[in-house]
Amino acid sequence: MKTAIDVRDLSKKYGDRLAVSHANFSVPMRSICGFVGPNGAGKTTTIRMLLGLITPTTGDGHVLGEEISEPENYLPRVGAMIEGPAFYPALTGKQNLMVLAKIGGFDTDLVQGLLEKVGLGDRGDSKYKTYSLGMKQRLGIAAALLPNPKLLILDEPTNGLDPAGIQEVRALLRQLADDGATIFVSSHLLSELEMICDHLVMLREGKVIFAGKTTQLLAAQQPVVIARPENSKDLSKLAEIAKSLGHETNILDDAVHVKGEKNFAAELNKAAFAAGITLSSLAPVQASLEETFFEMTGE
Amino acid sequence: MFKVYKAELVKLKRASLSLSTLASVLFITGLSTSLLFLLVDSPEGNGREGVRITRETLELATGLSLSFSNAAGLLGIVALCIFAAQTAQEYTYGTLRNLLVRQPSRMKVLIGKLMAMKLFALVIVISAGLFTFALSYLFAGVKDISTQSWGSTDARIDIARTFINVTIATIGYGIFGMILGLLFRSPVTAISIGVIWNLIIEGLLSIFVTDLARYFPGQLLSTVALGGTEEISYQYSLFTSYGFLLVSMIIVAILFKRRDVAN
Repeated sequence: MKTAIDVRDLSKKYGDRLAVSHANFSVPMRSICGFVGPNGAGKTTTIRMLLGLITPTTGDGHVLGEEISEPENYLPRVGAMIEGPAFYPALTGKQNLMVLAKIGGFDTDLVQGLLEKVGLGDRGDSKYKTYSLGMKQRLGIAAALLPNPKLLILDEPTNGLDPAGIQEVRALLRQLADDGATIFVSSHLLSELEMICDHLVMLREGKVIFAGKTTQLLAAQQPVVIARPENSKDLSKLAEIAKSLGHETNILDDAVHVKGEKNFAAELNKAAFAAGITLSSLAPVQASLEETFFEMTGE
Repeated sequence: MFKVYKAELVKLKRASLSLSTLASVLFITGLSTSLLFLLVDSPEGNGREGVRITRETLELATGLSLSFSNAAGLLGIVALCIFAAQTAQEYTYGTLRNLLVRQPSRMKVLIGKLMAMKLFALVIVISAGLFTFALSYLFAGVKDISTQSWGSTDARIDIARTFINVTIATIGYGIFGMILGLLFRSPVTAISIGVIWNLIIEGLLSIFVTDLARYFPGQLLSTVALGGTEEISYQYSLFTSYGFLLVSMIIVAILFKRRDVAN
């Protein structure tokens, strides 16, 4: 399998603190890979190392088949937005893109088309300092698309966007992936990532705690049966019954959450009925990425 | 490198920067020229640091370029501020990371920016020169100073020489600003330190301590603009000031190349 990003034993140390610790992961070509972790987990530091902005303390890696120690060999094919958009406030959106297009040696005729692609076609001549957070974010995405990238690295691309904007970005990323680009995206909107990412890399305290297919990660999580008694006074009793059947149990939001496979629902229903508890709802659910994330990161 | 140069020009050409720079340059050179000519008969002096420049001196072939070379120090401060701001704001705006993703060779980024800013400094100097010469003719008429020898071949040679010297000095001040911008990574800090150093520390110390002007880059660049003085030769001031700038630039360029871009 060809990889767009492949890092081995990558570390970055600031003084005594290891911001990224011996990271190993790879991102397959043409995939959409989510990059998740709590604040301060080392996501942005890793992205900066991939983009040649900071030098790794140890380890090595490849981006688009080139050594990360020689970023000039692969950056012309990489689009990136790191830690939010950053542009010159006194220049218009269009001028800001022109600056980057000229530096990268890209066709400046592409600029207007890109502004239209991200929904800024009619605001390209407004100064950047007059843009809302969502518009700034859109301009950042347009800048990342300038090189017609084979690999797109986006750090929190949906930050500040309204729900319609988030949906547009999701559709744009899907379209780019369908066109053959690889997308490596970090976000705090885990439900969004769950919808679009086929691969995930999860970091905690600088260490990679998962790297692989999203489906693998979610399948590894035990499903949960959520039982809601008609009378909330029966919550503790219902939880005791589930525990006595040998399952881990929690009471959350007027419902008993029991770790167990789908077929355990019927067993629990029978036991509850026998104990005189009427259930108003009973649903087996697969753990979401968000729940998995919290469980794995201990957040 | 040329790509960075062209991109930098997009930023430098913006109306707010170019017009405000032009306005400040015209104000500085206008002030310097008007003081030189309108106070020509004043016993308080009409030149730098209270020096008296007489009518006879102004009527010489070198008279036309006097106010231009006198204003070089202040033109240099304008260049210092622009070079420092254009460099340091890449850090404060966070735009440096965009530049380096699009052009990973940091030396190309640095040289391309410097080339564009040098062109901008050249435009500043040409504008200042043309304005000074026009005002000099105007005030010479007002103060009844003869301009007969200003059209001579000697005068033209002197204007060309002064123009080259003022350009070298202004660019030198600009490079000093760029060094401070790279070092402090904040426009406010870089400009404050640059202006305080040149106008206050160097200026005051040179007055009170004999011979210290021989070792200060700002004072030496002013001497370059004047084409040398009786105390400090042109060659000495040119090679010492640019030697200082070259060594400092190499040091900050190494820092710039090696330093992580973490903001």
